[in-house]
Amino acid sequence: MSKSFSRRKLMTAGFTAAGGVAGLTVAARLASRYGLIPPDWAGVYGPGETLTYAAQHILTSAHSLAREFSRSEISRVAQVSGEHPQTDPYQSLFSGSFADWRLAVDGLVARPASFSLAQLKQFPSRSQITEHICEEGWSFVAEWTGVPLSYVMNLVGISPRAKYVAFFPFDEAWDSLDMQDVWHPQTLLAYGMNGRDMPVDHGAPLRLKVPRQLGYKSVKYLARITVTDTLKNFGKGEGSSAPEGGYSWYAGI
Amino acid sequence: MSFQTRMADSVYLPGLAIPHSEASPAPRHSAMVRITHWISVVSFIGLVVSGIGILLAHPRFYWGETGGVGTPSIFDLPLPFMLGGPSGWGRYLHFESAWLCVLNGLVYVVSGLVSRHFQKDLALGGSRFTWRFDNDAHRYNGVQRLSYLAVIFVVLPLMIWTGLAMSPAVTSVFPALVNVLGGHQCARTIHFFTGVALVLFVFVHIGMVWRAGFRSRVGAMITGRAAAQKDGL
Repeated sequence: MSKSFSRRKLMTAGFTAAGGVAGLTVAARLASRYGLIPPDWAGVYGPGETLTYAAQHILTSAHSLAREFSRSEISRVAQVSGEHPQTDPYQSLFSGSFADWRLAVDGLVARPASFSLAQLKQFPSRSQITEHICEEGWSFVAEWTGVPLSYVMNLVGISPRAKYVAFFPFDEAWDSLDMQDVWHPQTLLAYGMNGRDMPVDHGAPLRLKVPRQLGYKSVKYLARITVTDTLKNFGKGEGSSAPEGGYSWYAGI
Repeated sequence: MSFQTRMADSVYLPGLAIPHSEASPAPRHSAMVRITHWISVVSFIGLVVSGIGILLAHPRFYWGETGGVGTPSIFDLPLPFMLGGPSGWGRYLHFESAWLCVLNGLVYVVSGLVSRHFQKDLALGGSRFTWRFDNDAHRYNGVQRLSYLAVIFVVLPLMIWTGLAMSPAVTSVFPALVNVLGGHQCARTIHFFTGVALVLFVFVHIGMVWRAGFRSRVGAMITGRAAAQKDGL
Protein backbone atom coordinates (compact mmCIF):
# COMPACT_ATOMS: atom_id res chain seq x y z
CA MET A 1 0.00 0.00 0.00
CA SER A 2 2.53 2.55 1.13
CA LYS A 3 5.00 1.25 -1.45
CA SER A 4 2.67 1.83 -4.39
CA PHE A 5 1.74 5.17 -2.89
CA SER A 6 5.36 6.29 -2.75
CA ARG A 7 5.95 4.99 -6.26
CA ARG A 8 3.01 6.99 -7.51
CA LYS A 9 4.35 10.02 -5.70
CA LEU A 10 7.78 9.45 -7.24
CA MET A 11 6.30 9.16 -10.73
CA THR A 12 4.25 12.31 -10.27
CA ALA A 13 7.34 14.15 -9.09
CA GLY A 14 9.30 12.75 -12.05
CA PHE A 15 6.68 13.82 -14.59
CA THR A 16 6.42 17.24 -12.98
CA ALA A 17 10.19 17.69 -13.09
CA ALA A 18 10.37 16.49 -16.71
CA GLY A 19 7.51 18.80 -17.65
CA GLY A 20 9.21 21.68 -15.89
CA VAL A 21 12.50 21.09 -17.69
CA ALA A 22 10.73 20.74 -21.04
CA GLY A 23 8.72 23.90 -20.37
CA LEU A 24 11.82 25.85 -19.44
CA THR A 25 13.64 24.59 -22.55
CA VAL A 26 10.78 25.68 -24.80
CA ALA A 27 10.58 29.04 -23.00
CA ALA A 28 14.33 29.56 -23.41
CA ARG A 29 14.13 28.69 -27.15
CA LEU A 30 11.25 31.11 -27.69
CA ALA A 31 12.91 33.86 -25.64
CA SER A 32 16.13 33.46 -27.61
CA ARG A 33 14.25 33.50 -30.91
CA TYR A 34 12.47 36.74 -30.06
CA GLY A 35 15.63 38.38 -28.74
CA LEU A 36 14.59 38.39 -25.08
CA ILE A 37 17.84 37.05 -23.61
CA PRO A 38 20.39 39.70 -22.63
CA PRO A 39 24.08 39.02 -23.37
CA ASP A 40 24.83 38.95 -19.63
CA TRP A 41 22.27 36.21 -18.98
CA ALA A 42 24.77 33.81 -17.38
CA GLY A 43 25.51 33.49 -13.70
CA VAL A 44 23.51 33.78 -10.52
CA TYR A 45 21.88 37.09 -11.48
CA GLY A 46 21.00 35.86 -14.99
CA PRO A 47 17.37 34.91 -14.23
CA GLY A 48 16.51 38.33 -12.76
CA GLU A 49 18.33 40.17 -15.53
CA THR A 50 16.61 38.09 -18.22
CA LEU A 51 13.18 38.72 -16.70
CA THR A 52 13.83 42.46 -16.51
CA TYR A 53 15.15 42.71 -20.05
CA ALA A 54 12.45 40.48 -21.57
CA ALA A 55 9.62 42.28 -19.76
CA GLN A 56 10.82 45.78 -20.59
CA HIS A 57 11.82 44.85 -24.15
CA ILE A 58 8.24 43.71 -24.79
CA LEU A 59 6.73 46.62 -22.84
CA THR A 60 8.67 49.26 -24.78
CA SER A 61 8.52 47.56 -28.19
CA ALA A 62 6.07 50.12 -29.63
CA HIS A 63 8.82 52.77 -29.55
CA SER A 64 7.46 54.46 -26.46
CA LEU A 65 9.19 57.81 -25.95
CA ALA A 66 11.17 58.72 -22.86
CA ARG A 67 9.61 61.71 -21.08
CA GLU A 68 10.56 65.03 -22.61
CA PHE A 69 10.62 68.31 -20.71
CA SER A 70 10.19 72.01 -21.38
CA ARG A 71 13.11 74.44 -21.69
CA SER A 72 12.33 75.92 -18.27
CA GLU A 73 12.97 72.51 -16.68
CA ILE A 74 16.56 72.25 -17.91
CA SER A 75 18.83 71.77 -14.89
CA ARG A 76 21.29 74.53 -14.05
CA VAL A 77 23.79 72.00 -12.72
CA ALA A 78 24.62 68.89 -14.76
CA GLN A 79 26.65 66.49 -12.66
CA VAL A 80 29.58 64.82 -14.40
CA SER A 81 30.58 61.20 -14.05
CA GLY A 82 34.24 60.32 -14.59
CA GLU A 83 36.94 62.13 -16.50
CA HIS A 84 37.56 62.46 -20.20
CA PRO A 85 40.31 60.20 -21.62
CA GLN A 86 43.72 61.54 -20.59
CA THR A 87 45.75 59.82 -23.31
CA ASP A 88 46.32 60.06 -27.04
CA PRO A 89 44.75 59.87 -29.53
CA TYR A 90 41.94 61.61 -27.60
CA GLN A 91 44.18 64.32 -26.12
CA SER A 92 45.63 65.41 -29.47
CA LEU A 93 42.20 65.36 -31.13
CA PHE A 94 40.91 67.47 -28.25
CA SER A 95 43.70 70.04 -28.60
CA GLY A 96 42.91 70.21 -32.33
CA SER A 97 39.26 71.01 -31.52
CA PHE A 98 38.30 67.60 -32.96
CA ALA A 99 38.94 68.80 -36.55
CA ASP A 100 40.72 65.51 -37.27
CA TRP A 101 38.23 63.39 -35.35
CA ARG A 102 36.26 60.79 -37.34
CA LEU A 103 33.47 58.38 -36.45
CA ALA A 104 34.05 55.02 -38.10
CA VAL A 105 31.00 52.87 -38.92
CA ASP A 106 31.71 49.29 -39.92
CA GLY A 107 30.67 45.66 -39.44
CA LEU A 108 27.57 44.23 -41.13
CA VAL A 109 27.00 47.26 -43.35
CA ALA A 110 26.85 47.65 -47.12
CA ARG A 111 28.90 50.87 -47.16
CA PRO A 112 31.41 51.21 -44.30
CA ALA A 113 31.98 54.89 -43.68
CA SER A 114 33.84 57.44 -41.64
CA PHE A 115 32.21 60.75 -40.72
CA SER A 116 33.71 64.03 -39.60
CA LEU A 117 31.93 66.17 -37.03
CA ALA A 118 31.04 68.68 -39.78
CA GLN A 119 29.45 65.93 -41.87
CA LEU A 120 27.39 64.66 -38.93
CA LYS A 121 26.16 68.18 -38.25
CA GLN A 122 24.91 68.46 -41.84
CA PHE A 123 22.61 65.44 -41.43
CA PRO A 124 19.01 65.98 -40.28
CA SER A 125 19.18 66.70 -36.57
CA ARG A 126 16.91 66.17 -33.62
CA SER A 127 16.84 68.03 -30.31
CA GLN A 128 15.23 66.58 -27.23
CA ILE A 129 15.03 67.67 -23.62
CA THR A 130 15.31 64.50 -21.57
CA GLU A 131 16.46 63.44 -18.13
CA HIS A 132 19.88 61.90 -17.70
CA ILE A 133 19.51 59.45 -14.81
CA CYS A 134 22.68 58.04 -13.29
CA GLU A 135 22.62 54.60 -11.69
CA GLU A 136 24.18 56.23 -8.62
CA GLY A 137 20.94 58.11 -7.98
CA TRP A 138 21.43 61.66 -9.25
CA SER A 139 19.79 63.07 -12.38
CA PHE A 140 19.57 66.20 -14.49
CA VAL A 141 17.52 67.46 -17.40
CA ALA A 142 19.31 68.77 -20.50
CA GLU A 143 18.67 69.42 -24.15
CA TRP A 144 20.57 67.07 -26.42
CA THR A 145 21.08 67.68 -30.12
CA GLY A 146 22.37 65.19 -32.62
CA VAL A 147 21.69 62.99 -35.59
CA PRO A 148 19.34 60.07 -34.98
CA LEU A 149 21.32 56.83 -34.98
CA SER A 150 18.70 55.35 -37.34
CA TYR A 151 19.63 57.93 -39.98
CA VAL A 152 23.28 56.90 -39.95
CA MET A 153 22.30 53.22 -39.96
CA ASN A 154 20.19 53.74 -43.08
CA LEU A 155 23.01 55.69 -44.68
CA VAL A 156 25.51 52.85 -44.34
CA GLY A 157 22.90 50.19 -45.15
CA ILE A 158 22.90 47.63 -42.37
CA SER A 159 22.45 43.95 -43.07
CA PRO A 160 19.19 42.20 -42.14
CA ARG A 161 21.38 39.85 -40.08
CA ALA A 162 22.23 42.71 -37.69
CA LYS A 163 21.18 42.07 -34.10
CA TYR A 164 23.25 44.57 -32.14
CA VAL A 165 25.25 47.71 -32.67
CA ALA A 166 28.38 48.10 -30.55
CA PHE A 167 29.83 51.48 -29.57
CA PHE A 168 33.52 51.97 -28.90
CA PRO A 169 34.77 55.15 -27.22
CA PHE A 170 38.29 56.44 -26.65
CA ASP A 171 38.18 54.97 -23.15
CA GLU A 172 37.32 51.43 -22.03
CA ALA A 173 33.58 51.92 -21.46
CA TRP A 174 32.26 50.27 -24.63
CA ASP A 175 28.64 49.21 -24.86
CA SER A 176 25.99 47.91 -27.26
CA LEU A 177 22.30 48.29 -28.07
CA ASP A 178 19.70 45.89 -29.42
CA MET A 179 17.99 46.83 -32.69
CA GLN A 180 14.87 48.10 -30.91
CA ASP A 181 16.94 50.82 -29.27
CA VAL A 182 19.03 51.34 -32.42
CA TRP A 183 15.91 52.25 -34.43
CA HIS A 184 14.32 54.21 -31.60
CA PRO A 185 13.68 57.86 -32.62
CA GLN A 186 15.23 59.26 -29.42
CA THR A 187 18.49 57.33 -29.82
CA LEU A 188 20.91 60.06 -30.89
CA LEU A 189 24.50 60.49 -31.84
CA ALA A 190 24.62 63.73 -29.90
CA TYR A 191 27.10 66.52 -30.62
CA GLY A 192 25.25 69.32 -28.80
CA MET A 193 24.10 69.92 -25.25
CA ASN A 194 21.93 72.85 -24.12
CA GLY A 195 22.45 74.66 -27.43
CA ARG A 196 26.24 74.43 -27.50
CA ASP A 197 28.85 71.92 -28.65
CA MET A 198 29.07 68.88 -26.40
CA PRO A 199 31.21 69.85 -23.39
CA VAL A 200 34.28 67.68 -22.96
CA ASP A 201 33.09 66.41 -19.56
CA HIS A 202 29.84 65.23 -21.10
CA GLY A 203 31.45 63.29 -23.93
CA ALA A 204 32.83 65.58 -26.63
CA PRO A 205 32.84 65.52 -29.51
CA LEU A 206 30.12 62.89 -29.89
CA ARG A 207 28.23 60.71 -27.45
CA LEU A 208 25.35 58.29 -27.64
CA LYS A 209 22.06 59.30 -26.01
CA VAL A 210 19.65 56.51 -25.07
CA PRO A 211 17.13 58.21 -22.81
CA ARG A 212 15.07 55.07 -22.12
CA GLN A 213 18.03 53.65 -20.22
CA LEU A 214 20.26 54.83 -17.37
CA GLY A 215 23.06 57.28 -18.11
CA TYR A 216 25.89 54.78 -18.40
CA LYS A 217 24.37 53.37 -21.62
CA SER A 218 24.87 56.76 -23.27
CA VAL A 219 28.49 56.10 -24.25
CA LYS A 220 30.72 59.19 -24.29
CA TYR A 221 33.76 60.03 -26.48
CA LEU A 222 32.66 57.86 -29.42
CA ALA A 223 35.28 56.64 -31.89
CA ARG A 224 33.76 53.66 -33.70
CA ILE A 225 30.41 51.96 -34.27
CA THR A 226 30.18 48.32 -35.32
CA VAL A 227 27.09 46.51 -36.54
CA THR A 228 27.07 42.83 -35.63
CA ASP A 229 24.95 39.70 -35.38
CA THR A 230 26.63 38.51 -32.19
CA LEU A 231 28.32 40.08 -29.19
CA LYS A 232 30.29 36.94 -28.35
CA ASN A 233 33.51 38.22 -29.91
CA PHE A 234 33.55 41.58 -28.15
CA GLY A 235 35.22 41.89 -24.77
CA LYS A 236 34.06 39.07 -22.52
CA GLY A 237 30.97 38.49 -24.62
CA GLU A 238 28.66 40.21 -22.16
CA GLY A 239 27.63 42.96 -24.57
CA SER A 240 29.36 45.74 -22.70
CA SER A 241 32.19 46.52 -20.33
CA ALA A 242 29.54 47.29 -17.68
CA PRO A 243 28.96 43.70 -16.46
CA GLU A 244 32.71 43.37 -15.77
CA GLY A 245 32.25 46.12 -13.19
CA GLY A 246 29.11 44.46 -11.88
CA TYR A 247 26.58 46.57 -13.82
CA SER A 248 23.93 45.06 -16.04
CA TRP A 249 24.09 45.31 -19.82
CA TYR A 250 20.46 46.40 -20.02
CA ALA A 251 19.85 49.54 -18.00
CA GLY A 252 16.18 50.36 -18.54
CA ILE A 253 15.89 49.17 -14.88
CA MET B 1 -7.51 28.57 28.00
CA SER B 2 -7.71 27.61 24.37
CA PHE B 3 -4.38 25.90 24.74
CA GLN B 4 -5.81 23.59 27.39
CA THR B 5 -8.85 22.86 25.30
CA ARG B 6 -6.64 21.86 22.41
CA MET B 7 -4.55 19.60 24.61
CA ALA B 8 -7.68 17.93 25.90
CA ASP B 9 -8.91 17.42 22.36
CA SER B 10 -5.71 15.83 21.22
CA VAL B 11 -5.78 13.39 24.12
CA TYR B 12 -9.42 12.67 23.73
CA LEU B 13 -9.85 12.36 19.99
CA PRO B 14 -7.76 9.27 19.23
CA GLY B 15 -9.95 7.32 21.63
CA LEU B 16 -12.97 8.31 19.62
CA ALA B 17 -11.36 6.99 16.45
CA ILE B 18 -12.74 9.83 14.45
CA PRO B 19 -11.44 9.91 10.83
CA HIS B 20 -7.98 11.40 10.39
CA SER B 21 -9.16 14.78 9.17
CA GLU B 22 -10.59 15.51 12.58
CA ALA B 23 -7.67 14.12 14.54
CA SER B 24 -5.49 17.24 14.54
CA PRO B 25 -6.40 20.91 14.84
CA ALA B 26 -6.27 23.05 11.71
CA PRO B 27 -2.76 24.36 11.07
CA ARG B 28 -2.00 27.82 12.38
CA HIS B 29 -0.70 28.76 8.92
CA SER B 30 -1.59 27.13 5.60
CA ALA B 31 1.17 25.61 3.48
CA MET B 32 0.85 28.43 0.95
CA VAL B 33 1.24 31.09 3.64
CA ARG B 34 4.27 29.30 5.08
CA ILE B 35 6.03 28.83 1.72
CA THR B 36 5.40 32.37 0.51
CA HIS B 37 6.40 33.74 3.93
CA TRP B 38 9.87 32.21 3.79
CA ILE B 39 10.41 33.09 0.13
CA SER B 40 9.53 36.67 1.00
CA VAL B 41 12.08 36.54 3.84
CA VAL B 42 14.79 35.54 1.33
CA SER B 43 13.77 38.23 -1.17
CA PHE B 44 13.45 40.87 1.55
CA ILE B 45 16.98 40.22 2.81
CA GLY B 46 18.22 40.44 -0.79
CA LEU B 47 16.36 43.71 -1.34
CA VAL B 48 17.56 45.35 1.88
CA VAL B 49 21.22 44.34 1.46
CA SER B 50 21.30 45.41 -2.20
CA GLY B 51 19.25 48.53 -1.49
CA ILE B 52 21.89 49.67 1.00
CA GLY B 53 24.56 48.83 -1.57
CA ILE B 54 22.88 51.02 -4.19
CA LEU B 55 22.24 53.79 -1.68
CA LEU B 56 25.93 54.00 -0.72
CA ALA B 57 26.78 55.38 -4.19
CA HIS B 58 24.80 58.53 -3.44
CA PRO B 59 23.40 58.74 0.11
CA ARG B 60 21.54 62.02 -0.44
CA PHE B 61 17.91 62.68 -1.21
CA TYR B 62 16.20 65.33 -3.30
CA TRP B 63 12.65 66.42 -4.02
CA GLY B 64 11.30 67.09 -7.49
CA GLU B 65 12.48 65.90 -10.87
CA THR B 66 16.25 66.23 -10.65
CA GLY B 67 19.06 66.48 -8.12
CA GLY B 68 22.75 65.83 -7.71
CA VAL B 69 26.02 67.15 -6.36
CA GLY B 70 25.82 70.93 -6.48
CA THR B 71 22.04 71.10 -6.04
CA PRO B 72 20.17 71.42 -2.73
CA SER B 73 19.21 68.15 -1.05
CA ILE B 74 16.41 67.57 1.45
CA PHE B 75 18.17 64.87 3.44
CA ASP B 76 21.80 63.72 3.71
CA LEU B 77 22.73 60.45 5.32
CA PRO B 78 26.00 60.71 7.26
CA LEU B 79 27.72 58.29 4.91
CA PRO B 80 30.54 58.66 2.39
CA PHE B 81 29.85 58.40 -1.34
CA MET B 82 31.07 54.95 -2.41
CA LEU B 83 31.49 54.98 -6.17
CA GLY B 84 32.11 51.89 -8.27
CA GLY B 85 31.56 49.74 -5.21
CA PRO B 86 28.52 47.80 -4.12
CA SER B 87 26.00 49.56 -6.36
CA GLY B 88 26.85 47.33 -9.37
CA TRP B 89 26.22 43.88 -7.91
CA GLY B 90 23.70 45.66 -5.69
CA ARG B 91 21.57 46.46 -8.72
CA TYR B 92 21.76 42.92 -10.10
CA LEU B 93 20.77 41.53 -6.68
CA HIS B 94 18.09 44.18 -6.14
CA PHE B 95 16.19 43.44 -9.33
CA GLU B 96 16.53 39.67 -9.03
CA SER B 97 15.23 39.88 -5.45
CA ALA B 98 12.47 42.23 -6.61
CA TRP B 99 11.30 39.70 -9.20
CA LEU B 100 11.28 36.99 -6.52
CA CYS B 101 9.36 39.30 -4.18
CA VAL B 102 6.78 40.34 -6.79
CA LEU B 103 6.17 36.86 -8.25
CA ASN B 104 5.97 35.37 -4.75
CA GLY B 105 3.65 38.19 -3.69
CA LEU B 106 1.37 37.50 -6.66
CA VAL B 107 1.15 33.82 -5.71
CA TYR B 108 0.37 34.83 -2.11
CA VAL B 109 -2.33 37.35 -3.01
CA VAL B 110 -4.04 35.14 -5.60
CA SER B 111 -3.97 32.07 -3.35
CA GLY B 112 -5.05 34.21 -0.42
CA LEU B 113 -8.10 35.37 -2.34
CA VAL B 114 -8.94 31.88 -3.58
CA SER B 115 -8.51 30.23 -0.16
CA ARG B 116 -10.28 33.14 1.57
CA HIS B 117 -7.15 33.63 3.72
CA PHE B 118 -7.69 37.40 3.75
CA GLN B 119 -11.34 37.13 4.83
CA LYS B 120 -10.66 34.46 7.44
CA ASP B 121 -7.39 35.66 8.97
CA LEU B 122 -6.97 39.34 8.16
CA ALA B 123 -10.40 40.94 7.59
CA LEU B 124 -11.04 43.69 10.12
CA GLY B 125 -14.76 43.07 10.66
CA GLY B 126 -15.47 42.08 14.27
CA SER B 127 -11.83 42.11 15.32
CA ARG B 128 -10.82 43.93 18.51
CA PHE B 129 -8.51 46.91 18.27
CA THR B 130 -6.32 46.59 21.31
CA TRP B 131 -2.66 46.75 22.24
CA ARG B 132 -3.15 43.57 24.24
CA PHE B 133 -1.92 40.63 22.21
CA ASP B 134 -3.25 37.23 23.18
CA ASN B 135 -0.34 34.92 22.52
CA ASP B 136 -2.38 31.74 22.68
CA ALA B 137 -5.16 33.00 20.45
CA HIS B 138 -5.50 31.43 17.05
CA ARG B 139 -6.66 34.78 15.72
CA TYR B 140 -5.00 38.14 15.16
CA ASN B 141 -6.47 41.20 16.82
CA GLY B 142 -7.43 44.35 14.93
CA VAL B 143 -4.05 46.07 15.28
CA GLN B 144 -2.24 43.05 13.92
CA ARG B 145 -4.72 42.62 11.06
CA LEU B 146 -4.50 46.27 10.10
CA SER B 147 -0.67 46.14 10.15
CA TYR B 148 -0.52 43.10 7.89
CA LEU B 149 -3.17 44.46 5.52
CA ALA B 150 -1.36 47.81 5.28
CA VAL B 151 1.97 46.13 4.49
CA ILE B 152 0.47 43.75 1.94
CA PHE B 153 -1.90 46.13 0.16
CA VAL B 154 -0.43 49.61 0.70
CA VAL B 155 3.26 49.66 1.62
CA LEU B 156 4.55 46.90 -0.67
CA PRO B 157 2.55 48.16 -3.69
CA LEU B 158 3.91 51.67 -3.00
CA MET B 159 7.41 50.17 -2.95
CA ILE B 160 6.84 48.52 -6.33
CA TRP B 161 5.24 51.66 -7.75
CA THR B 162 8.05 54.00 -6.67
CA GLY B 163 10.59 51.44 -7.90
CA LEU B 164 9.02 51.24 -11.35
CA ALA B 165 8.67 55.04 -11.38
CA MET B 166 12.48 55.27 -11.37
CA SER B 167 12.77 53.18 -14.55
CA PRO B 168 13.14 55.35 -17.67
CA ALA B 169 11.95 52.41 -19.80
CA VAL B 170 8.79 51.83 -17.76
CA THR B 171 7.96 55.54 -17.51
CA SER B 172 8.35 55.89 -21.29
CA VAL B 173 5.23 53.71 -21.47
CA PHE B 174 3.52 54.93 -18.26
CA PRO B 175 4.78 58.49 -17.63
CA ALA B 176 2.03 59.09 -15.05
CA LEU B 177 3.76 56.60 -12.72
CA VAL B 178 6.47 59.18 -12.02
CA ASN B 179 4.66 62.41 -12.87
CA VAL B 180 1.97 62.04 -10.19
CA LEU B 181 4.70 61.50 -7.59
CA GLY B 182 6.27 64.83 -8.53
CA GLY B 183 9.29 63.59 -10.47
CA HIS B 184 12.12 61.09 -10.53
CA GLN B 185 13.81 62.29 -7.32
CA CYS B 186 10.47 62.24 -5.46
CA ALA B 187 10.07 58.60 -6.51
CA ARG B 188 13.58 57.80 -5.25
CA THR B 189 13.04 59.57 -1.92
CA ILE B 190 9.63 57.96 -1.31
CA HIS B 191 11.12 54.57 -2.27
CA PHE B 192 13.80 55.03 0.40
CA PHE B 193 11.50 56.11 3.22
CA THR B 194 8.95 53.42 2.37
CA GLY B 195 11.80 50.91 2.52
CA VAL B 196 12.78 52.22 5.95
CA ALA B 197 9.16 51.79 7.06
CA LEU B 198 9.22 48.17 5.86
CA VAL B 199 12.43 47.47 7.76
CA LEU B 200 10.86 48.95 10.92
CA PHE B 201 7.79 46.77 10.37
CA VAL B 202 10.02 43.71 10.19
CA PHE B 203 11.76 44.67 13.45
CA VAL B 204 8.41 45.09 15.23
CA HIS B 205 7.17 41.85 13.64
CA ILE B 206 10.20 39.93 14.93
CA GLY B 207 9.79 41.62 18.34
CA MET B 208 6.18 40.47 18.55
CA VAL B 209 7.15 36.95 17.52
CA TRP B 210 9.82 36.99 20.22
CA ARG B 211 7.27 38.07 22.82
CA ALA B 212 4.82 35.39 21.79
CA GLY B 213 7.45 32.66 21.97
CA PHE B 214 10.06 32.69 19.26
CA ARG B 215 10.56 28.95 18.83
CA SER B 216 6.92 28.08 18.84
CA ARG B 217 5.90 30.84 16.45
CA VAL B 218 8.77 30.28 14.02
CA GLY B 219 8.04 26.55 14.28
CA ALA B 220 4.41 27.26 13.43
CA MET B 221 5.49 29.21 10.35
CA ILE B 222 7.67 26.26 9.29
CA THR B 223 5.52 23.23 10.15
CA GLY B 224 2.15 24.95 10.31
CA ARG B 225 1.53 23.79 13.86
CA ALA B 226 2.34 25.51 17.11
CA ALA B 227 4.47 23.46 19.44
CA ALA B 228 2.56 25.09 22.23
CA GLN B 229 4.66 24.17 25.26
CA LYS B 230 6.69 26.76 27.13
CA ASP B 231 5.68 29.69 25.03
CA GLY B 232 7.39 32.89 25.90
CA LEU B 233 9.94 31.35 28.29
